[in-house]
Amino acid sequence: MSDYVLRVKDLDVQYYTDAGVVYANNKINFDLKPGERLGLVGESGSGKSTMALALLRMIKPPGKIAGGQLLLGATDLTKLSEEEMRQTRGKDISMIPQGAMNSLNPIMRIKDQIVDGMVDHNLGLSRSVLEERAYDALDVVELDRKVGRMYPHELSGGMKQRACIAISVAMHPKVIIADEPTSALDVVTQRKVMQTITRLQEELGSAVILIGHDMGLMAQFATRMAVMYAGSLVELGSVRDIFTEALHPYTEMLIDSLPTIGKRGIFKGIPGITPLLRDLPTGCVFNTRCPKVMDICRTKTPAYKEYRPSHWAACHLHEDGVAKK
Amino acid sequence: MNHLLELKNATKTYKGGTVALDNVSFFIDAEAPSIIAVAGESGSGKTTLGMMALGFLDPSKGDVLYKGKNLRTLSGQEQTNFRKEVQAVFQDPFAVYNPFYKVDHIFEVGIRNFKLAKSGAEARRKIEEALVSVGLRPEETLGRFPHQLSGGQRQRLVVARALLFRPQLLMADEPVSMVDASLRATILESLRKMKEEYQITILYITHDLTTAYHVCDHIIVLYKGSVMEAGDVESVVANPQHPYTQLLIDSIPWPDLSRQWGQQEINAIDAETARIGKGCKFASRCPHVMEKCSQSPPPLYQIDENQVAACFLYEDKPTLAGEELGQLFK
Repeated sequence: MSDYVLRVKDLDVQYYTDAGVVYANNKINFDLKPGERLGLVGESGSGKSTMALALLRMIKPPGKIAGGQLLLGATDLTKLSEEEMRQTRGKDISMIPQGAMNSLNPIMRIKDQIVDGMVDHNLGLSRSVLEERAYDALDVVELDRKVGRMYPHELSGGMKQRACIAISVAMHPKVIIADEPTSALDVVTQRKVMQTITRLQEELGSAVILIGHDMGLMAQFATRMAVMYAGSLVELGSVRDIFTEALHPYTEMLIDSLPTIGKRGIFKGIPGITPLLRDLPTGCVFNTRCPKVMDICRTKTPAYKEYRPSHWAACHLHEDGVAKK
Repeated sequence: MNHLLELKNATKTYKGGTVALDNVSFFIDAEAPSIIAVAGESGSGKTTLGMMALGFLDPSKGDVLYKGKNLRTLSGQEQTNFRKEVQAVFQDPFAVYNPFYKVDHIFEVGIRNFKLAKSGAEARRKIEEALVSVGLRPEETLGRFPHQLSGGQRQRLVVARALLFRPQLLMADEPVSMVDASLRATILESLRKMKEEYQITILYITHDLTTAYHVCDHIIVLYKGSVMEAGDVESVVANPQHPYTQLLIDSIPWPDLSRQWGQQEINAIDAETARIGKGCKFASRCPHVMEKCSQSPPPLYQIDENQVAACFLYEDKPTLAGEELGQLFK
């Protein structure tokens, strides 16, 4: 019996386009414990959404999982047949999508959309039991039961997002992947939705991977945090370690670029732009923008290592031990 | 004394009866340029306000004045000047470009239509100057197609285009909400530079109070088309008085481990489904609701010389007439 609900080992995802191979995920490694809340941050184009799709094995051609293992409990998802994967999706690992407005079927009642997924997974339950479970799902996301009879256009943005959450948690999955679940919502609604996800996660004991670029949201929600840059995982650690003692210069700059209440009017961007995923620099992927770049960074890819207990990073700076700040 | 921009009891009612903006008045003076945030959640009327300031929408009631002239009755020449002196930056750095033209096009059209340059060489020099001042390298951006540039670069090009006109007023509607966090800082920095170096007044429309706090001098908080709170941004964000502003500020996910989301229960009614009576619009969601809140809308109470809040909790304070709201932005 493993202590981990999900282990990702050396995951590679590539897209084969006319312009060349796009290396969207390169040698991604991380573990997820049951009931953990992991935040995954990165800029657009860093490969974070690709990773979410890969975990659900939903990468479509011209992309494919080019290597590595995805261990959900003892099962390697990459080895499952399409039908077995379909049965796993939603039941053991599910996703809360980014645009709730575009994810619901406009001509189906909310309740039927929740039931629909469960019917497909042959739970061996009667329609009336499934409907009862659908109403329970509405209860847990704090939607009124009468919402079950409504159509998506009758709901507000926050309610639609809750309906989507109800669909993804109806079968009590072990892992929930939330891809920017609140990006289209205003702050008050966002807070309510995130608090619902937190409460659910605690009640169901599921592990949640929250994907996004809002470090503030991560600080509020996650217990551990992973930082992606140009298709690679550059740092992973507890939220506290990441915010107080980041190891990777990219993480450091990302945190420095955040507006906080204390230092009004100071802006620190990260100069330069992200490299193209089909034309990554040799050596460290961040070497084109890194203020602490060394010669070795341009030739050798830094290893992804555990430099401090449970604090991983891929950076040559720490080869000779971690410098104390 | 004419104000640079003035809204006088502006109301906008859309077909179907939605009141997007409800009797809003304020003015901005030109002598000391400032950045004024108009903040609110979706449906607060902030974009309607921006569209009115640009003259794209006429108010259903009330007036919008630019340098003392009503936008409805501008003459041809005044119209041209208005279009030149008031520029805009919009939310979506993808939608403003025609994908078939090189990015130079957005500059060239402006230069041609407003005769900003006498020769091709002068035009080129002006474009490059504008690009440099927003931190872009002309050789890396000009001559490219929109899809070859990043979202941050495209948005900065739009800022550069606005700068080319040396406008007096810039209307920036959510300029950074679609740009990556690491690039936001550079765009906000360009906006501040526009104010400080080129004396441009900016109306910054946003739902994001964090960026508003960092870039703006003053703020107007809108809810359902009405002003809830206004004043100096430092006072409003650090010390919000209106329960709605308090809820907003308390809900910001600050990237700060010591500042966690408040644990207090929030009234679980969405803005879109909240009932609006004839009293205060926030009454059905307000934790401090009193009987009188549902009877008539509260006037603006002057908390101190920098801050007003439309809330009966501050009834003992003097009131400020809506039209005088601009006094705060000095």
